Amino acid sequence: MGDETRQREALLEAIENVADRIDEEKTHLTDLDSAIGDADHGANLNRGFKAVMDKLEEMDDDADVQEIVKTVGMTLVSEVGGAAGPLYGGSAMTASTELEDGITAESSVAFAEAFLEKLQDRGDARVGDKTMVDAITPAVHTYKKSIEQDDLPPLEALAKAVDAAERGVEFTVPIRASKGRASFLGWRSTGHRDPGATSTLFMLEEILDTADDYLEGDTDVDATSPTIPDEEPEEE
Amino acid sequence: MIGLLIVSHSGQAAAGIREIALEMGGEEETIAAVGGDPDGGIGTSIDEIREALADLLEETDGVVMLVDLGSAVMNAETAIEMVESEAVVIADAPVLEGALNAAASATSPKATVESVRESAEDAADISKL
Repeated sequence: MGDETRQREALLEAIENVADRIDEEKTHLTDLDSAIGDADHGANLNRGFKAVMDKLEEMDDDADVQEIVKTVGMTLVSEVGGAAGPLYGGSAMTASTELEDGITAESSVAFAEAFLEKLQDRGDARVGDKTMVDAITPAVHTYKKSIEQDDLPPLEALAKAVDAAERGVEFTVPIRASKGRASFLGWRSTGHRDPGATSTLFMLEEILDTADDYLEGDTDVDATSPTIPDEEPEEE
Repeated sequence: MIGLLIVSHSGQAAAGIREIALEMGGEEETIAAVGGDPDGGIGTSIDEIREALADLLEETDGVVMLVDLGSAVMNAETAIEMVESEAVVIADAPVLEGALNAAASATSPKATVESVRESAEDAADISKL
């Protein structure tokens, strides 16, 4: 991506788009969470991102991308209240140091890997536990491989990562939860999409959508996910 | 002197457990309790945990935390990272029984963060029937 100002602009727009998307989807996320959790995921995340938007408005115009991402993380950590705070916010805080020299293909891979590492460590969750890790892990792995091994342009790599995350979300439906509140339900947690994995996908979709506006690639990218049906979780 | 911090999803639960733990010994200013999300709902607030830790660290040589479950544990871990103190640990123990054991053991003049944590963790073996 181009100069510093443009990176900043793109980042701020991506954050705003994520905040708007979480606001739009808060009821959906809470419904997913009420099926297998404690029905607060949508409301908690929305409170966090509302606070993030307030915080960014007060921020200095010359804050760099590292500082912005760190501020987003710290604000989520302070405001969310549930597990999403330390997981999303704490991981963003830690990973923000990778963006010290701005956003490049290389630094974005490093950011994604650092984010995933912190997330797995903090949540002590692995793939298959029915958590946000199931969406983020395939996304990060796919992104890294697409950039480092397949030499794809970042936008195309990101599109593949979002696709991988989407399949990760679908993977959470038939499996039994072994982390978080949903694990208390045992086998009754199967058949429900994991709310954390779903909010991860929403965020990645918005980041892709924003990147598509800013990176003038010739990749045809569809940021919406046609295989995720727009439906409410079934009642227990 | 070793401090205790009780963290629960509910501020009332945390305060109640603190009340019971104080019966075992310890002083008002060395046992603290926090709970509830930033809006006062069920959950925990990292900022509140962090402030409570900072206050306790002024009065004591170290703090053992008793936390209930899930996101409270993650928020406690994140708060510890933010206060950047080596003298704070989380006991892997049931929150109520662990708090009672820890409160009793913290009254020993020889108590250390490690000895209090171990007593708290012994509570995992308490059998009730």
